Amino acid sequence: MTNRRSFLRSLGVVAAGGALHIPMAAAAAGSADGKAGHVVVVGGGYGGATVARYLRMWSNGTVKVTLIEREAHFVSCPISNLVIGGLKDMADITLSYDKLRTRWGIEVVTDEVVGIDVGKRELRLGGGRTIAYDRAVLSPGIDFLIDDVPGLAGNLERIPHAWKAGPQTVLLRQQLESMDDGGVVAIHIPKVPYRCPPGPYERACLVANYLLEHKPRSKLMVLDSNPEIQSKKGLFTKAFEGRYKDNLEYVPNSTLVSVNAETMTAELDFSEVQASVLNVIPPQRAGRIVDMLGVELINGRWVDVDWLTMEAKGAPNVHVLGDAIFPAPTMPKSGHMANQHAKVAAAAILNLLAGQAPSAEPLVMNTCYSFVDARNAMHVASVHQFNAEKHTFLPAEGSGGVSVAANELEAKYALSWAQNIWSDMLS
Amino acid sequence: MGVANKLLALAILAGAGSAHAQDPNLGRNLAATCANCHGTNGHAVADAKTLAGQPAAEIVQKLADFRSGDQPATLMHQVAPGYTDEQIRLIAEFFAAQK
Repeated sequence: MTNRRSFLRSLGVVAAGGALHIPMAAAAAGSADGKAGHVVVVGGGYGGATVARYLRMWSNGTVKVTLIEREAHFVSCPISNLVIGGLKDMADITLSYDKLRTRWGIEVVTDEVVGIDVGKRELRLGGGRTIAYDRAVLSPGIDFLIDDVPGLAGNLERIPHAWKAGPQTVLLRQQLESMDDGGVVAIHIPKVPYRCPPGPYERACLVANYLLEHKPRSKLMVLDSNPEIQSKKGLFTKAFEGRYKDNLEYVPNSTLVSVNAETMTAELDFSEVQASVLNVIPPQRAGRIVDMLGVELINGRWVDVDWLTMEAKGAPNVHVLGDAIFPAPTMPKSGHMANQHAKVAAAAILNLLAGQAPSAEPLVMNTCYSFVDARNAMHVASVHQFNAEKHTFLPAEGSGGVSVAANELEAKYALSWAQNIWSDMLS
Repeated sequence: MGVANKLLALAILAGAGSAHAQDPNLGRNLAATCANCHGTNGHAVADAKTLAGQPAAEIVQKLADFRSGDQPATLMHQVAPGYTDEQIRLIAEFFAAQK
């Protein structure tokens, strides 16, 4: 025990050695590792890794943090469309949790949560361990409503979603590579809300780009459940009707009735599409772990939170971040936004653990870049100010917008964005 | 950059010590919203501008120029107007204090 404690303390010193990066106010707050409380974070993605790191940084190591994550490595959804399009490798989007352990003194546990007792403030892990917490943060991302698409269950290897980065990303890439020239690729987009509003359209561009350059007789069908493109509409329309006018067909109002993995067919309301590669992005809901909280989900899918603290309504001391929550008006489900939620939660949790009120004036902002080909990208940006009267975030007046046109400078900034946000959560 | 714009930037910096009690960490929290592109505490990697250690007046002026359109940008002209003068002052002071 002594060894372990002095080990943790030495890590605290390492963290303080980066005191260059730590505000002096926080540095003065205390010295003993973990004395100010224990926060357990579930899910090591854009929300969870960020909140874990910021809790340690902002408390100068006084708050103990345990991070539970199923996977041994972080694999990024943003930039994964470039892997599918053959422009990046899996190694480019796979990152380690090691710095969270060695630099920040976070216990990163590779395991799965199988039970939460909100009253007792305890989490149970699949490996059998029980962990007590002062506050818990769930950042579980999304789960798929596979059964909403008849024929899809059990066939995700044949009909990949590739909407969680990892083996599914590799699978879709391999299917595109092994397809004969002349084949049809079909991407199906679910009704909003889904994770990453511009993501399916970026994927469409990058798949069409790959086909154009490597399989010029092939064609991409973009089957959208929605009546129109859901993000950066003008800019994506320009790409669809410009560079990809001969190999991409966009079909709005394409309600998916069922899929058949044997015949590789998507049955729509009024037609059928037979494809060599079928990429169905299923409808989504909050990661199923939130069902352990026993709270009612909005539309049966998303967690309702208090925006000042990110605490789940009806589940005291449990904060929920990222794609899993019911968003404030115009707030997108994005990795960038999950990172911003994490900082609101980290600041609020530190105040609450110290017996203080949460900051009354939080602000979050979002930037999403999308590539339209190997060299050009474009953005959508927004700023969301907390509105005390309505007790929610509202888009800040006069702010936000999209690129005038996709361009090379923003492609450089898009990759720079990835490096900076990955560093902000994992380095 | 217009003279009026420069005066605005000075006015923002001079507005220190606002009347209402606020969280002493507000500047830190607001500055953290910039980290996704500009790095943790303004220490950027890759192609973003490092904000850590930049003089507060320069940061305030730059944001005022983004807002007015005097400084061309890819997206900062859409982001800067979302922050209040007071928020920009707090952010600038936080980054200026970073080594």
